[in-house]
Amino acid sequence: MSAHSHDDVRKHLKLYIGVFLALLVGTAITVYAWTWHFESVAVTVTVALFIACIKAFLVAGYFMHLMSERKTIYAILLTTVFFFAGLMYLTVWSRDEMPRGTYWHDHGPHSAKQRIGH
Amino acid sequence: MEIPYTVSPRPDTGLFNAKVGIWLFLASEVMLFGALFSSYILLRVGATAWPHGLLNVPIGTFNTAVLITSSITMVLAWANMKMGNPGRSRLYLGITVLCGFAFLGVKSKEYYDKFVHYEVRLVDGTVMDGHIKPSPDFKINKFKAESGTIVVEAENVLKANPGESMADAKDRLPAKERYHHGHEEREVKASDIRWISNYTPKHSPYFAIYFTLTGLHALHVFGGMIVLGYFWFQNRTMGRTQTERYTNRLEVGGLFWHFVDLVWIFLFPVLYLL
Repeated sequence: MSAHSHDDVRKHLKLYIGVFLALLVGTAITVYAWTWHFESVAVTVTVALFIACIKAFLVAGYFMHLMSERKTIYAILLTTVFFFAGLMYLTVWSRDEMPRGTYWHDHGPHSAKQRIGH
Repeated sequence: MEIPYTVSPRPDTGLFNAKVGIWLFLASEVMLFGALFSSYILLRVGATAWPHGLLNVPIGTFNTAVLITSSITMVLAWANMKMGNPGRSRLYLGITVLCGFAFLGVKSKEYYDKFVHYEVRLVDGTVMDGHIKPSPDFKINKFKAESGTIVVEAENVLKANPGESMADAKDRLPAKERYHHGHEEREVKASDIRWISNYTPKHSPYFAIYFTLTGLHALHVFGGMIVLGYFWFQNRTMGRTQTERYTNRLEVGGLFWHFVDLVWIFLFPVLYLL
């Protein structure tokens, strides 16, 4: 929101309080969903990140005023999204190249070197 | 010399300069935390087992609520400046900084609890975690107990294969059974201990990335508190004489504070729940 008049801000106060309550509810839902303890890691990660993304959208969109910003800010963010997506793509792409055993045990028979066959 | 475009927008961007500056800074911050999230993913997919239930979820939830509350009070501080209520703005800004103190206080307590919490793996394959009461001659060298005895006030006791961690043993259990496994107090001799460590970054990649991510985040909270605290004092000077310029400062400080909240929104489920 680049040019806020006094009246605009006054009108938005209820919206800000609504977003605040939605964020608290979102947090409660995240914790409640965790108590289900899904067997599938993929489902657990999807549910948790889906709720986190909605909360992040609320914070960025309303508290950080991204719902109505200038083009300059959107251009900066678009560049950031491009590089962030690239970083995550590289991360996921390389995940199968990771040697198993980064959780070390006790320098005993389960060392990472043995596990990857060196 | 007067700094240009602190109040009026620059014709080409349509924004005052500090706002463009803070968004560029936040873009770099996204990549900083992005790199650490990337590290987290790679450590996790490379792990044979990932620990569950080592952090206190109710405390983490409370801290999340504290940061969300600080975000709304930050918005209200800025909105009240816009509406011509500098006194009320100062009040909300003060609450925001106090929320920052509360967040860091709770985080410090969480850190302390981890420093005094140990995982003990015995020669016979038993793994335990909890607080320990060491005898005066008890010595640890790296991950080995050299002499003396300890009394382990265990919160979890599981039978694993020799050399395996608590996380390995729990990983074989159904998801709902990975949390608590009975309290037990047991005296253990140093010679029966195969591996011992408290919950510090050296314990495992999980705690290494936990302390790195939350430590960096806590530094951001601390930095934000210093800036917002400075603005709180400025409210009675610049906030009354150069209202528009001060309001823009609050907006820029607020953008940083909301970003810190936004990062925590992802850190909380990733570290505490997944």
